Amino acid sequence: MRVLLVDDEQELVETLAERLGIRGIEARWATNGDAALELIDQEDFNLAVLDVKIPGINGINLRKMIKEKCPQMKFIFMTGHGSQDDFAAGSAETGVDYYLLKPVTIDELLHKMNELMKK
Amino acid sequence: MSFLNKIKPEFWDHRLFASGPYGSQFNFRRTWYAAVFVTSAVVLAPLMFMAVMDYRATRHDVETDILLRTSRLVSNTRRTLSYFLNERKSALDFVVHDNNFTLNVNPKRMEQVLENLKKSYGGFTDLGCIDHLGIQCVYAGPYNLIGKDYSDQEWYQQAVKRGEYISDVFRGFRHVPHIVIAVKYYPSEGGFFRVLRATLDTGKFNDLLSDLEVDGHGDAFIINHEGVLQTPTRSHGKVLERITLPIPDFAPETRVFEWETKKGIPLVIGYRYITGTPFILMVVKHKQELMKAWYNTRKELIGFLAISVAFILFVILWGATYLVNRIFQSDQKLIVSLHQVEYTNKMASIGRLAAGVAHEINNPLAIINEKAGLMKDLFLFKEEYKQNDMLMRLLDSILGSVTRCGRITKRLLGFARHMDVSVQSINLEEVVREVLGFLNKEAEYRSIQISIEIAENLPNIDTDAGRLQQVILNIINNAFAAMENNGHLRVKASMADKNNIVLIISDTGCGISESDIKRVFEPFFSTKTGKGGTGLGLSITYGLVEQLGGIIDVTSEVNRGTTFTITLPLAIKEKEMKNSCEYS
Repeated sequence: MRVLLVDDEQELVETLAERLGIRGIEARWATNGDAALELIDQEDFNLAVLDVKIPGINGINLRKMIKEKCPQMKFIFMTGHGSQDDFAAGSAETGVDYYLLKPVTIDELLHKMNELMKK
Repeated sequence: MSFLNKIKPEFWDHRLFASGPYGSQFNFRRTWYAAVFVTSAVVLAPLMFMAVMDYRATRHDVETDILLRTSRLVSNTRRTLSYFLNERKSALDFVVHDNNFTLNVNPKRMEQVLENLKKSYGGFTDLGCIDHLGIQCVYAGPYNLIGKDYSDQEWYQQAVKRGEYISDVFRGFRHVPHIVIAVKYYPSEGGFFRVLRATLDTGKFNDLLSDLEVDGHGDAFIINHEGVLQTPTRSHGKVLERITLPIPDFAPETRVFEWETKKGIPLVIGYRYITGTPFILMVVKHKQELMKAWYNTRKELIGFLAISVAFILFVILWGATYLVNRIFQSDQKLIVSLHQVEYTNKMASIGRLAAGVAHEINNPLAIINEKAGLMKDLFLFKEEYKQNDMLMRLLDSILGSVTRCGRITKRLLGFARHMDVSVQSINLEEVVREVLGFLNKEAEYRSIQISIEIAENLPNIDTDAGRLQQVILNIINNAFAAMENNGHLRVKASMADKNNIVLIISDTGCGISESDIKRVFEPFFSTKTGKGGTGLGLSITYGLVEQLGGIIDVTSEVNRGTTFTITLPLAIKEKEMKNSCEYS
């Protein structure tokens, strides 16, 4: 399983990628939408973990753009914000996209990933 | 007192709560006073002025009329009296000139003349002739007066001096009151003068006056210039007594004046000097009697005025009370609405602030979480650290704290989410637990026991979660304030009927007295005066429940506790919601 992590907090995605690596999951990270799209072009991914609020292209638009390039891609949203908009994003395609509120435990994230990949 | 309390308008005991430059505008009692005073002054002043003017004018007219009538009566009576006396005097004149009276007139002839006079005029008693020495020489009449000497009598002297004389009433030799008319003449054969004297019976004279009908218990009589009564009176003395009234000053015409007796009885007195005689005609009337008709009119006038004033005052009082009360009520509504807006805005601001804080904290929290997680991962792979319980405990403690912080921020976000006005399907138990989550710590410190009994299978309700949250928070806050430590808060929810659910929140606090319980939902009613209570919490709660289409009720027992019962519809109508939202 190859995972793409996108969040404006570099320290977060960096550490998370390392932790996933320890658990045998290959993860790459980006801190903005453009960098993320660049990585998509270069490599293949099964799953993307996106923050809703990232500089430049926001998480929801980024998801659409990635979906166009890789229709098979699965998504998990991760946010520090709990407003209605975030929920709307989460419920846009219920059962396909997961919504997680920061801070997320690694076990919770892995559980969701596995659940999503099985579908 | 209880009647006064019943009719007392709402604003009367209203406490002045506004301050600042416009504070006085909220003194409704003063507004009421001003309205009543100004309106009364504007309405009653002209009415009173008109009434007084009318009263004075009418009274003046009545009094003038009384004086005029008296004056007329005096004039007419005087004419009659003058005529009576002049007629008899002229008759005597005629007798002396026509009958060719000689010095020694035949007594028989005298008697015949007297008889003729009695027949033609009446009132004559006797007739006599007095010579120049004052001795009666011829006499016809019932008394034996031949040879009587009249030389020192006033009437004789005056008749000799003036040629004719009408005496006042006196008793004379016969000791009977009579009037003398004397005419001086010279016998046709020459020689000394003689005086023809006739006595008039006062009865006929008196009849002239006693036949008069004088209104107002009045009296008509004659006095001489010394104030001695000449004719009988009803209440002013007997004939030949002095009258108690003043002798009026001489005037050539009829005069009327007002006079008060020693006993304070007002009299109207009309008089006239009868020229050529010693008589003064007087008509005395009791003013009170004459004014009787006026007193009746006055009674009616005052009665009418009193009824008018009472009616006007009633209308003014009613009108002012009604208007000021209406202003007061709309003011109260406005104030409550304003406070509700303020309160809602405040809650929304707190919500936004909470959301902002939660978001800002969540990111660094996530980093701490990942870093500590990575450390733990790394340690787990290295045997030397794996055995170090202390390090593992420290890392678990960090991760545990992060999880705890995460729960708090999640709750804050949940609170913020509900600040938006919208109808959504909610689980009542979740909302109750969310609200209680904020108060858990306080409950723990104060050893307050909280029990939640939500009926199983309670359906979700479509309502505004934010408002419901505020309602529950306000009531539970109040319950916490009312309870001592070790209290017990009970939250129950069940179906009321197929369309409504009922939420019951009861505490074991100090309770609300019977007199206060009716007022707890009124704005600005607070028993926590001076302890920071605004008295708005429950009134806002009441408004919010209404907006949710529900009903709130309260029962309480002093020192036992208070129970709030909220009945809410399972689904609130969107339309209702929009209407009620215009306030907030």
